[in-house]
Amino acid sequence: MLTWSQILGILPQQLVFGITLGTVYGLIAIGYTMVYGILFMINFAHGDIFMVGAYVGWAVLGALLASHAVPLNPVIVLPLMLVPAMAFTGAIGLALERLAYRPLYRRGATRLGPLISAIGASIFLQNGVMLVEGARERVYMTYAVFPRAWRFSVGGVSVSALVIVIACVAGLLMWGLHVIVQRTTLGRAIRAVAEDREMAAVMGVNVWRVVATTFFVGSALGGAAGVLVGFYYTQIDFFMGYSAGLKAFTAAVLGGIGNIRGAMLGGILLGVIESLATTFINPAFKDAVAFGVLILVLVFRPGGILGEALPDWKRI
Amino acid sequence: MRWKRYAGWAAFASALALPAVVPNAYVMGVITRICLYSLLALGLNVVVGFAGLLDLGYVAFFGIGSYVYAALASPQFGLHLPFPLALLAAVLATAVSGLLIGAPTLRLRGDYLAIVTLGFGEITYILLINLDRPINITGGPSGIVSIDPPSLLGYALRTNGQYFYLFLLLMGTAVLLSRRLRDSRVGWAWQAIREDELAAQTMGINTTAAKLQAFAIGASFAGAGGCLLASWQRSVFPDNFLFTESVNILAMVILGGVGSLPGVILGATIIVALPEVFRDFALYRLFAFGLLLMVLMIFRPNGLLAFQGRREAEEEPPGEERAAPSGP
Repeated sequence: MLTWSQILGILPQQLVFGITLGTVYGLIAIGYTMVYGILFMINFAHGDIFMVGAYVGWAVLGALLASHAVPLNPVIVLPLMLVPAMAFTGAIGLALERLAYRPLYRRGATRLGPLISAIGASIFLQNGVMLVEGARERVYMTYAVFPRAWRFSVGGVSVSALVIVIACVAGLLMWGLHVIVQRTTLGRAIRAVAEDREMAAVMGVNVWRVVATTFFVGSALGGAAGVLVGFYYTQIDFFMGYSAGLKAFTAAVLGGIGNIRGAMLGGILLGVIESLATTFINPAFKDAVAFGVLILVLVFRPGGILGEALPDWKRI
Repeated sequence: MRWKRYAGWAAFASALALPAVVPNAYVMGVITRICLYSLLALGLNVVVGFAGLLDLGYVAFFGIGSYVYAALASPQFGLHLPFPLALLAAVLATAVSGLLIGAPTLRLRGDYLAIVTLGFGEITYILLINLDRPINITGGPSGIVSIDPPSLLGYALRTNGQYFYLFLLLMGTAVLLSRRLRDSRVGWAWQAIREDELAAQTMGINTTAAKLQAFAIGASFAGAGGCLLASWQRSVFPDNFLFTESVNILAMVILGGVGSLPGVILGATIIVALPEVFRDFALYRLFAFGLLLMVLMIFRPNGLLAFQGRREAEEEPPGEERAAPSGP
């Protein structure tokens, strides 16, 4: 058993890990929550889109390391990895929406149909990556970009530069999204469609374009999260999207699905819960704890923490 | 539709002759697996096809059934219950676990239920793999081995052909039960809930009770299936019960046609047999499978043999209930 002073000693360190992981979960969760807010659909393939992002980042990093074209400074390397990863995953999101989901909605599909389609897309992406890149895990050369020596010690808590960069990039992307959604015409259209799509259509909003944009933005954020997770765990494989996607979905539900700020909050909460469960309960049960929390939230507060009381037809 | 019933019995009777005709044990093993998965798919069909509840953690019940049988008929706890008793225990245990999972979660609709069941499936897997310490219950990652084969009056099953008869018997029972259930009072209640839950509730159907029944009955089919798997493999491991297995079973239900009994069996046959036929393309199997699921949903959203109820399946009216944006 741990004594109180020991617990207090480990706690800040674990909180830092938890919050870092949490911002990344939040980043993925935004993709789920935005799509859900508009289509009432769980984009099951979103976790795999995140995985593809990690692979694109890995490929770019490999090319940069091999070619010595640019100095290995995070300020230069990170954007060079993030932009292609986000563009690629955004395009995949667009393609999925256009080819796999929209035809179903056009035919008046029930809710089961698109979900099955999304499961199909998830299996397709996973195995597509496996066929192209092989089943073995790939290694992110994190320490070539973020040397191990880059650590700070603040009040007994040791924080690496990587952790700070991850939290900052994730925070910046979330802030950017917040500005787009709250301040621009596009953002207003997104909010209008989420509120009442028929009314929005009547008011002249191009609903399908908004849906496509939502898929693009959500998938791009997922792709960015893939790069950050790759750096953090230093290993990626074609199956990584499954559990990360589940966690992120949990985060989205935890915060209140359909609510973008809720997704961020839920992500951080889940990251902290998971990191505490790893330290204080049992590492083997950390996923079980995360899903247990999800089930408890759904049973006792189905709207999530920040979720408003939805009208009946909107509720799941 | 009397001919359908005769066709079913004729198929069953001709299946009885299979072990005499089939050339080798390997093919017999594949056919036996088709029976096992048909049983599982029929169980999931009760939940997904009849009641319209999406269960993504169905494999959990399969696992619970397997482990209950393994615990009751192996040296793990020194218990060696006779097969029928252990089967009964496994079926009861899974039905109860179906109720326990269903009771708090069935208030949730559609996708939420799907995610909760998925989480439940994951938790079950994590428990199976970790419950070997501090007390060894499940045997952890190395599972439970040297499980008793089914035996009656001292005569134990050995060959795949012999197992086949047992599996066929249970699968046949599942088909009969499914048909009885579908045409029963609760079966109609399920279909009413599937079509429109609010309307069903208004008509005086106790939707919570009906959904719980669907969950428990579907789970108990998986319990029987788990029992068969454990007694056939003579061993159980957590990796028999991965999420992909849930997806496979779901795909069987959807591929053949949600709610249609011949469709479900056709789906199970295709999904078990295809990888065996295309062994050389094993790598591309899942890739093609994912693609197929997407294409199928676009061109045949209701499956190959879509359910033909007494109310003939008709085009969905373009109602307001659609969960889709009515784009311009």
